Amino acid sequence: MASYSTSDFRKGLKVQLDREPYLIIEMEFMKPGKGQAVYKCKFRNLISGRILDKNYRSGDSIEAADVTEQSVQYLYQDGTYFHFMDPESYEQYELTKEQIGDVAKWLVEEMVCEVVFWDGSAITVTPPAHVELKVTYTEPGAKGNSTGNVQKPATLHTGAEIMVPTFINLDDVVRIDTRTGEYVERVTKS
Amino acid sequence: MTMLRLRADLLANARRFFAARDVLEVDTPILGQGVVVESAIDPISCRVGSQDRHLLCSPEGPMKRLLAAGSGSIYQFAHAFRDGEVGRRHSPEFTLLEWYRVGFDHHALMGEVEEFVRALVPSVSDAPFERRTYRSVFVESVGIDPFDTSLAEVRAACERLSVPVPATFDAGTLDDALDLLLVSHIESGLGTPTSLFVHDYPASQAALAQLRNDRDGRCVAKRFELYIAGVELANGYHELGDGVEQRRRFEQANRDREARGRPTLPIDEPLLAALDAGLPACAGVALGFDRLLMVATGAEHIDDVRGLPLE
Repeated sequence: MASYSTSDFRKGLKVQLDREPYLIIEMEFMKPGKGQAVYKCKFRNLISGRILDKNYRSGDSIEAADVTEQSVQYLYQDGTYFHFMDPESYEQYELTKEQIGDVAKWLVEEMVCEVVFWDGSAITVTPPAHVELKVTYTEPGAKGNSTGNVQKPATLHTGAEIMVPTFINLDDVVRIDTRTGEYVERVTKS
Repeated sequence: MTMLRLRADLLANARRFFAARDVLEVDTPILGQGVVVESAIDPISCRVGSQDRHLLCSPEGPMKRLLAAGSGSIYQFAHAFRDGEVGRRHSPEFTLLEWYRVGFDHHALMGEVEEFVRALVPSVSDAPFERRTYRSVFVESVGIDPFDTSLAEVRAACERLSVPVPATFDAGTLDDALDLLLVSHIESGLGTPTSLFVHDYPASQAALAQLRNDRDGRCVAKRFELYIAGVELANGYHELGDGVEQRRRFEQANRDREARGRPTLPIDEPLLAALDAGLPACAGVALGFDRLLMVATGAEHIDDVRGLPLE
């Protein structure tokens, strides 16, 4: 396996620590005039999202991680696995319910997602930053409260539960920011 | 373009400062066969025809040869080269302002460095620059006496202060461990709000400085560093004039380099010959000119104060 020495360290490098893939999200070169350099790195675990701080000295090295990213289409789930397909090669990939985690609540068929592969297998999936989903349940809004400041709960057709302004009705299609889980705007009115 | 203008103004002001003090501007070769050997600084190696040469880490060797030849006090703006140093405050090619004052010791030179910084960067606080020993800086900021400590004690301090300890910590020297604490915890607080000279370094960090015994009998180096707002700006020495001792330190630095898997470097022999012939008693300082501009402008990255960024 290839490795990176300190002189290669930079933001964006994908590496392997304790047999797990990490991304270098910050790197600072620190050096006293006459003394040994310290490479201060911040890593994000590509599976758990956990943040890790580590210091290195000149000549230290980190193993490279064989990590690639690919756009794939969501097909369906069978209760255990979520199935995706590369729209060009038609090759199919599966991730477990645990690997999908919270992302499941945004997935609709044919949605294009980014999947991260590590050592040949898919490890995480990132949905598009914005998705448009239909409201399948919400209480009718109180009259005269259409400013959008007051919010009420709503359930979307994927099962996701979010807060929406009171003027949103059943069967409206709304745009959601998947990074925050927040309502952005109404796309179509029922 | 504002930065170009400011840089030019600072250069002109610096030249006026030295002209008024009768310090002579010199321009020495930066391409050398031998180097000032340091354990943790790498020159950039190159070839000239079929000969191995080095782009020097500082103009110190050639300038001391001029001093030994009777130049009197001198200064120089030099491009300096340090391989592998790339960061917010580091560039493998940068501009050093280096000057030597015949008859000064390091304390007299600290006084002149303070006047210089005030003359060029009026925004620096009016309070007189502080002077503290290396030992007091460590005792007060991390509770460690650097002259009486161990790798284990420094490791414990790192853990207490949430400084990640490198995997190769135990393979390093005590100076390496102290440097880790310095850059990752202490340094950001040095020279703020009042600019600070740190002096009396451990003898093992003397480089090209004379040694002396302090009041408590500790052997310390007559070396200083200037910090302004957490930025290490200048390094100075009461210069060592003993060629035999200087050769011993260069050889030690080469042994340290070997132990760290770094290539050994050819010693600057003409420099040692000049010391043997007689260096006038003097103090010298190297000031990072790009960093001075960073302090003057509040720039976040060294590339922002140079005419063009590193390629």
